[in-house]
Amino acid sequence: MIESQKGAPPEMPDIDLAKLPNTTIGDIYVENPRMTARQVQVNYGDKTAIEGVSLDIGGCEVISFIGPSGCGKSTFLRCLNRMNDTIKTCKVSGDIRLNGDDIYAPDVDVVPLRARVGMVFQKPNPFPKSIFDNVAYGPKIHGLAEDRGHMKQIVQEALERAGLWSEVHNRLDDPGTGLSGGQQQRLCIARAIAVSPEIILMDEPCSALDPIATARIEHLIHELSSEYSIVIVTHSLQQAARVSKRTAYFHLGRLVEVGLTDRLFMKPQHEMTNNYITGRFG
Amino acid sequence: MISTSKGMVSPKMATKRVAASMAKRKKSERNFQLLGRGAIAVALAFLVVLFSSIFSKGLPGFFQYYVEIEVDIDREKLDPTGIFSQQSLYDGDARGVIRSALYAAVGAEGRSNKRAAGKLISPGAEQRLRKMVYNDPSLMDTTQTLRFAMDDDVDSFLRGFINRETPEKDRRINDRMVEYIDRLQADGKIIYAFSDYLIFGSASRNPEMAGIYGAFIGSILTLSVCLVLAFPIGVATAIYLEEIAPKNRITEIVEININNLAAVPSVVFGILGLAVFIGIFGMPRSIPLIGGVVLALMTLPTIIISSRAAIRAVPPSVREAALGVGASQIQTIFHHVIPLAMPGMLTGTIIGMAQALGETAPLLMIGMVAFIVDVPGSVTDPGTVLPVQIFMWADFAERMFVQKTSAAIIVLLAFLITMNAAAIVVRKKLERRW
Repeated sequence: MIESQKGAPPEMPDIDLAKLPNTTIGDIYVENPRMTARQVQVNYGDKTAIEGVSLDIGGCEVISFIGPSGCGKSTFLRCLNRMNDTIKTCKVSGDIRLNGDDIYAPDVDVVPLRARVGMVFQKPNPFPKSIFDNVAYGPKIHGLAEDRGHMKQIVQEALERAGLWSEVHNRLDDPGTGLSGGQQQRLCIARAIAVSPEIILMDEPCSALDPIATARIEHLIHELSSEYSIVIVTHSLQQAARVSKRTAYFHLGRLVEVGLTDRLFMKPQHEMTNNYITGRFG
Repeated sequence: MISTSKGMVSPKMATKRVAASMAKRKKSERNFQLLGRGAIAVALAFLVVLFSSIFSKGLPGFFQYYVEIEVDIDREKLDPTGIFSQQSLYDGDARGVIRSALYAAVGAEGRSNKRAAGKLISPGAEQRLRKMVYNDPSLMDTTQTLRFAMDDDVDSFLRGFINRETPEKDRRINDRMVEYIDRLQADGKIIYAFSDYLIFGSASRNPEMAGIYGAFIGSILTLSVCLVLAFPIGVATAIYLEEIAPKNRITEIVEININNLAAVPSVVFGILGLAVFIGIFGMPRSIPLIGGVVLALMTLPTIIISSRAAIRAVPPSVREAALGVGASQIQTIFHHVIPLAMPGMLTGTIIGMAQALGETAPLLMIGMVAFIVDVPGSVTDPGTVLPVQIFMWADFAERMFVQKTSAAIIVLLAFLITMNAAAIVVRKKLERRW
């Protein structure tokens, strides 16, 4: 009986485009930003996915992007290392700079860019190769290792930083696809940090993992933040609250509000942010 | 309460209706299963009929009747000039040596009797004797028990295809010959043994000497040319179209045309080969090189289409992973996409090769149907291929060619199965990498 359920579900507020702010509320700027995005707009064919997004990403900070499905947070994330280039209909305009260099300048090659801005995907996607080869692949194609011994050191260090070394050090030749889901995701993180990037982009890295594996990844993000800037897209508000220093709230292709995580969750300034973090829609 | 107005039914009603519909569903499931089993049974029955007919006709084709006679290898007769070369042996009277041994064996005297006895043995016997002596000169001036193939009419008679009750003038074996055959058989000199001519012989008008060796080598040479051309070109085309080519009108037209080419009758490719390679470039006819090129053209669409399907089946997450660590497009393709797509590409290639192996029509067009006794030594020597050989034999009137045709079909099938088995082994090896 429906009536016996406790409490009625919250009413869905109407989403009114007019309520979307033209400018982002909160502080989009940081001191000494590693990456800056200004007035970024992305179109898929005729459809505008995001527009007017401006945001700084600081050095060694963890920033999380939250927002309802389809709000453009993943699209914006994929602009930062030009992964959107693989989608034929996708057009990116605006200005995105890494350490002051325009990454969308015509003469920029995406290969070195992606070596500086690593990425971890939603679903763990190790190569169908051995654990060692998975981690060694990036350094190998970029020529980072001086010799075989150096490569071994790189692989070991990357796996250690990803918190996987103790679990796999005696079976480096086993296929990476044979690991558990959480281990695979940490392997993907090891693969990303093996090329010594400046920024790591994580697109819902824990959505396919169980709570224990999620806790390990979050712990890892915390540790890695001492050396890398980490941008994490997440659907879990708790996760955003736990791991990130700053949080950005996206809605319908706009960056609605951004600020220090504590401030954003305690005192959201925009009505929509408030609605989202109190669970009224999403 | 059950509502009378149309709309959602009550849970009670729904339970009832689901139960009522179950019987119908189960029945249709059962019917479908029966239908499927019936279809498999029919297919298997056809397969059994096909194979039993091929094997019952073809297996005897692997054997033939030989006669064993005591041959007095006389140097005077065999090599009268004493030079001992292939030519001098050829000039000698090998036929006479064999004939006299044969006459002695059956006790033939008088011209007509001797003529009848002479017809018992294959004309290939002399050639075999010459070769034997040339390879082993110590046989000269000795007496050896040698085994020679019997004439194809005798063979057919011994198999019972020629009835001895038939009036003499209506059969190819006269009464005298029947008498001699009976005598040889009574003496235990007629032997039914594995036919070395079939495996090691080449095309011949004498069915007892005809073999598939030349056609087999021709098939291998033609298929090698075909594979060397079609596999790299096909895979490269598939990779380019699937991974690199911009998606525009031109690539669309190319794609449509490749798909259309897969449906073009193979004989058209033969005409193309005839017009272009023989007509314009003036290359010689009947050579495996052109056969291979023509078959490669025919096989390319198959390889391209299946390779593209294999590339498309590579999960996008692998591509993203590679691009994400900074691999370039070409590195992504060569390090990740191709290794994962390789088993599928090989499957397509093997299907194409199997098609090419069994192809006759385009090769007829470029003259590979010619009667060629020599075994091709290279891709530019005239030759023929197994299916064309089968096609030619099926056309001959002699009874013995019927068995040889079926035997050659068995060899062709064995070739095909070996090729497929090799492909499966290679594919499993590549797949086992994880």
